[in-house]
Amino acid sequence: MNSAALLDVQDFCCERDGRVLFDGLGLTLLAGQCLELRGPNGSGKSTLLRAIAGLFPDYGGTIEARESLYLGHRPGISALLTAEENLRWYQTLRPGRSSVSAALTEVGMAGYERVACQHMSAGQQRRVGLARLVLCRAPLWLLDEPLTALDSAGSELVRRLIADQLEQGGAVLCATHQPLRLRGSQVLSLGAADAEFDREERQP
Amino acid sequence: MSTPGALFAGQFRRELTAALRNVQEALNPLVFLFLAITLFALGVGAEPAALERFAPGIIWVLVLLANLLALEGLFRRDFDDGTLEQMVLLGRPLFVPVLAKTAAQWCLSGLAMTLLAPLAALLLYLPMEVLGITVLSLLVGSPALTLFGAVGAALTVGLRGGGVLLALLILPLYIPILIFGAGAISLAMAGVDVSAQIYLLTAISMLAVTVAPFAVQAALRISLEQS
Amino acid sequence: MRLKELWHRLGSPRWFFQISGPLRWVLGGLALVLLLVGSIWGLAFAPVDYQQGNSVRIMYVHVPAAIVAQSVYMLMGAAGLVLLVWRMKMADIVLATAVPFGLTMTALALFTGAAWGKPTWGAWWVWDARTTSVLVMLFLYIGLYALRQAIPRAETAGRACAVLALVGTINIPIIKYSVDWWLTLHQGASFRLTEAPTMPPEMWAPLAINVLGVYCLFGANLLGRMRAEIIEREQGTQWVRELIAGRRSAGEPG
Repeated sequence: MNSAALLDVQDFCCERDGRVLFDGLGLTLLAGQCLELRGPNGSGKSTLLRAIAGLFPDYGGTIEARESLYLGHRPGISALLTAEENLRWYQTLRPGRSSVSAALTEVGMAGYERVACQHMSAGQQRRVGLARLVLCRAPLWLLDEPLTALDSAGSELVRRLIADQLEQGGAVLCATHQPLRLRGSQVLSLGAADAEFDREERQP
Repeated sequence: MSTPGALFAGQFRRELTAALRNVQEALNPLVFLFLAITLFALGVGAEPAALERFAPGIIWVLVLLANLLALEGLFRRDFDDGTLEQMVLLGRPLFVPVLAKTAAQWCLSGLAMTLLAPLAALLLYLPMEVLGITVLSLLVGSPALTLFGAVGAALTVGLRGGGVLLALLILPLYIPILIFGAGAISLAMAGVDVSAQIYLLTAISMLAVTVAPFAVQAALRISLEQS
Repeated sequence: MRLKELWHRLGSPRWFFQISGPLRWVLGGLALVLLLVGSIWGLAFAPVDYQQGNSVRIMYVHVPAAIVAQSVYMLMGAAGLVLLVWRMKMADIVLATAVPFGLTMTALALFTGAAWGKPTWGAWWVWDARTTSVLVMLFLYIGLYALRQAIPRAETAGRACAVLALVGTINIPIIKYSVDWWLTLHQGASFRLTEAPTMPPEMWAPLAINVLGVYCLFGANLLGRMRAEIIEREQGTQWVRELIAGRRSAGEPG
């Protein structure tokens, strides 16, 4: 284990539904590094992220990760609550340095503090979800398709947030279909080209 | 890192706020309770003696079922919008927000039903002398209903058709609470001292408070594996 | 084989498969002998009850089934604990394969209880403490079965059932106690089924033999089911392939 590494995955093995997704994957992320995970649906991007986050236990090998924030398929925003209430709840789960209004301003949602999230568009809800990356600082970000439902300005926002995180000595592991086009980010391609076909064929 | 107290308070406040935004859903189980009492009266007959005789059982069985209806939504919405996985990931120790969530749920179902019990007792011609015991038995017994039920709700949260399955898993575990709860009211009506039943209900609730949060915590992690 | 480590961590099904082969036949043979001796003794030679007459002989089926059904649930609770704490793969297999036998025994106990109730009380169903407990046990088993069926992923289903079995095991003593108390409330001092200590040795000896026999039968049944489950789960691994290839070349059915 490299002591400077924020994420160190060794010999990662995993199979789902009788299909081997990973057989001895190793990856290391140092401060300031960003790794994009690419690959077709069912190639194991989400499984890898969920395993690192601690939501999926059935794997072999070792994962050593620093404190992380996980942004999944689902935005992690309660529709009944306002943007501010949602983020206040995150603050009690993990206190950070930024204030709620500063975090909302950062993601371009200033003025929406008191709006219930059920009255927002999907993209706006994603933005509120992104605000918690600013709110609860963590050295390692695990992002699963962060560009989903976002317009071009929103995609630009994600790039800026990632760039800031890297500049501050953090690391980012990001599963994405659209290229991030970020300077210095590396790409890891997962799964064979026929993986998607394979999965579809398995459906009854 | 938040102190456990702040963690509990934050989660508890969030649950109550969300319930206030959606009052109808929180009220539905209570409406069900009274609707079902009406059905019982219509089915058994409005004869006071017959209703009075079955009243302890009717009240406790219906409280059980109304609780079950309320529990189905305990984790469902959070599971769907992704806040449940965030709670599991960020809540440390996890049993604190779990306990806060069940406590809020108990306020909205168990406690609310306890407070409404005099009204139910009135409809079922329960004698006034046992009103105190009825309320007390519900007060000390209902926490166990919410806590054991939360284990089932956590196990079935990601599953389609989880409602009936939840009933199947949880109702057998409710049997002791039903027996001692309804038994306490029946014995009180016969003029017997029922402190033993009240203590037993309290003991079951205590056991539930100590065991259930950890079982819920484990069950939530298991349910999140699948998505 | 890189995946070896994963399997290693979760216990060794392969080792279990090798030792369980002969053990299964030993237990099966013991079960056959014990059940034959116990049943013939109990059904043909044991004395009749002065109150219940010949219908007391149903006891030689009912009591072993009920006792073993309860033990199987306790075993699943223990397996659940092992699975949740040590993540042992074999515990998962026990949990997955013990349910059918337990469910069958519970149903048998209920059925024989009803058949016993008719001549004894004049009704097919009586809310006696033992029959009520067995009925609750049936619901607990059905719950476990339904939960496993509802969860598509095998590993997740195993862990979910482990939590449920564990919570159920904690609750069983409370349920039994509460049902006993409930009976004293509603029936006063009810007529109890014959209790072991008051039984003459000619009656409890065949009963004990039958109880042991059903335990052995359960052991043999469990081992057989576990072996089948192991082969199914491990069908992609090297050792299972070698095993099948070895059997084929030896001319045995695969």
